[in-house]
Amino acid sequence: MNSSGILSVVTFVYGFAAFLYLVSWIFKKPEPGRLGTWVVFAGLLGNVTGIAMRWMESYKLGYGHAPLSNLYESLVFFAATLAAVYLVIEKKYGNRIIGAFTMPFPFLAMAYASLSPNISDRIQPLLPALKSNWLIAHVVACFIGYAAFAVSFGLSIMYLIKDKDAEGKSRLLERFPKTGVLDELNHQMVMFGFLFLSAGIITGAVWANSAWGRYWGWDPKETWSLITWFIYATLLHARLMRGWHGRRIAYLSAAGFAAVLFTYFGVNLLPGLHSYGAMGQ
Amino acid sequence: MNSRKHSPIFNFFASVRLTVTVLLTLAATSVFGTVIPQNQNMDAYLHTYGRNLYRLFSVLDMFDMYHSWWFQLLLTLLAINIIVCSLERMPAAWKIVVKPPVFNPSRFSNAAFQRQVAIFSLDAARPVLEKALSRSIGRTRFEQTSQGYWLWSEKGRWTRMGVYIVHLSVVFLLAGGLIGSFWGFDGAVNIPEGESVKSVRVSNSGKSIPLDFEVRCDKFSVSFYDSGAPSEYRSTLTILEKGVPVLTRDVIVNDPLRYKGVNLFQSSYGSLPSQNLVLSFTSRATGMEYREKIAPGQTVSIPEGLGSFTITAFNKDYQYKGHEIGDAFVGMLTPPAGSPVEVVLPVKFPSFDKMRKGDVVVAIDETETRYYTGLQVTSDPGVWVVYSGFLLMIAGCIVTFFMSHQQVCIEVRMDEKIGGAVIRGIANKNKIGIQNKIDAVASAAAAIESKNKK
Ligand code: HEM
Repeated sequence: MNSSGILSVVTFVYGFAAFLYLVSWIFKKPEPGRLGTWVVFAGLLGNVTGIAMRWMESYKLGYGHAPLSNLYESLVFFAATLAAVYLVIEKKYGNRIIGAFTMPFPFLAMAYASLSPNISDRIQPLLPALKSNWLIAHVVACFIGYAAFAVSFGLSIMYLIKDKDAEGKSRLLERFPKTGVLDELNHQMVMFGFLFLSAGIITGAVWANSAWGRYWGWDPKETWSLITWFIYATLLHARLMRGWHGRRIAYLSAAGFAAVLFTYFGVNLLPGLHSYGAMGQ
Repeated sequence: MNSRKHSPIFNFFASVRLTVTVLLTLAATSVFGTVIPQNQNMDAYLHTYGRNLYRLFSVLDMFDMYHSWWFQLLLTLLAINIIVCSLERMPAAWKIVVKPPVFNPSRFSNAAFQRQVAIFSLDAARPVLEKALSRSIGRTRFEQTSQGYWLWSEKGRWTRMGVYIVHLSVVFLLAGGLIGSFWGFDGAVNIPEGESVKSVRVSNSGKSIPLDFEVRCDKFSVSFYDSGAPSEYRSTLTILEKGVPVLTRDVIVNDPLRYKGVNLFQSSYGSLPSQNLVLSFTSRATGMEYREKIAPGQTVSIPEGLGSFTITAFNKDYQYKGHEIGDAFVGMLTPPAGSPVEVVLPVKFPSFDKMRKGDVVVAIDETETRYYTGLQVTSDPGVWVVYSGFLLMIAGCIVTFFMSHQQVCIEVRMDEKIGGAVIRGIANKNKIGIQNKIDAVASAAAAIESKNKK
């Protein structure tokens, strides 16, 4: 089996894990959740194997490069990071309901990468501008950041749901983490993501400077990553203002994640160019 | 921290409310420039938006919005906000950082986290607790009390500066950008192989500015993957000072040549007519082949009285009856009698002219592809300020997000028969971190103590 084959199986493994967490939460049965953890593990293992194989395959084709050079490869990397971040959180907080709200993301990312007709999973040689170690650092940092923001988005949804039920009437929400815990965890994810988004923008700027002689050119992709950065910087400061904990932070996190998605998918619909630009590259 | 002692204007500029407002406004307005293409020509805008919208957008500087006065004003506001806010808060934080550590037990009295460990002897417990404390925090201090003693340790005072490092980094980025926009330039130049230039054309004004040195392109080459996609563009450049070569280096995409603050980037290329062309003329009557050297614009006469031939043009991407045939020379063949005919000589198909079935077949015998390299030439004296800002931002974020000023104290006392050690900790943030620290101290102490007991 080649890497694309393995990675399309991984899609369903992640989907299955998300399903198990969901079942475990809704039917209040711990067993599916426990199984879910192992399934995520298996998925992550397959995901990483797929990435490694793809790397080797590119060398066999004679133009070896790190598998981080197009939309397909970056989505695959994104899914792996998300699964890994989720596993760390599960280990630390021991709450598997969070899995029901975060594991759908790696599943969707992989499904989109594998199934969308717009995205080619062919391994292609690198164009001259993409031959740079800064580019690898750029993609890695950005996608670790995006993964943290995706988790933060899942936590924000949980927060908003939990917060609606202030009196604790809903039986479904019994085992939800407390809003305080969700808020704190969300803050940690945003800090983590903000660090990596900053690093991603910075390495991207250094790369642009080595390829085109300018570190910043206000092209739509650059600008949207900056918009995302502004939103999360707002979030970090809003927490310092009275009355801005909780719901508003959750909304800001959702807005930030919307900006992340737009930076990644929406920008291709705008005029202008970024080397990743065209879909299906 | 005391907001009463400052004027309302100072408080306005120091407020986090302003920060949130400015950051959100920057985020929202930045969207426009990604939806409206920037720096296009007027006709394109008129065509897309119509007259009224065009007027509105022009008034608002929407066609170059990131350099508009109002966007720059927002950035300035952000800079002032950061500076004023730091001026207000940093002195207090700095005092904490530099003042000699003083142990103040009351600070720990309502610490959120504490653990208790049983001990059996004040004196035997001391080295154990000291060891546990210094292993997880740092140097340990001791203070005697009437019923026992305190042990106290702290670390990470300096991490309180992290957030100011982040804020300073933003100032660096803005300042570096400003320096670049005043004293930098961004230009382009095409240099044919073998030739040199002393000036470049600035991209946005079209003006030509002189360089302090001369740049010569010795050679340009392009290589391709099997699929035909380009794999590498490479220019060999030589820098000359007063006509004397001082440096020769290859430049490829992503690996520019930097010299005296000027950066030369590989950005495009193209081909030029060869100056040394050898043509062959084959007479149909005799079958003889004659070779003649010729340059563009020159005329040669063909033996056997077959007339004369002039190279009139060089054409990239020549279209022959609707087909792309690439680089081609175009010549004029003037026979002794009759009217001149145009002859196309594609570089890639040397014997193309056979098709014409004339009295003489003209073919390219020897040619060399001659390229020019297209370089982007930039200078940005602010880039090191910006890069310093980058480093500060990453370092500052790591310190701010993942480190904290942690203090742990252990109160040890012997009341009546049973002794106990209470471990308490406080931190300026990252409460989970300090909780783990206390647990670590407690279990280390318990482990050593139980071993000693045996
Ligand atoms: C783009 C600009 C800015 C960036 C990137 C930035 C970044 C940060 C970061 C990363 C933190 C740490 C947050 C946390 O620990 O959760 C922070 C805290 C803070 N920022 Fe900013 N900041 C910016 C602008 C400003 C401005 C203009 C002010 C002026 C009021 C400000 C005031 C503060 C304050 C008061 C804190 C809390 C410090 C503390 O915890 O003691 N920031 N900032």
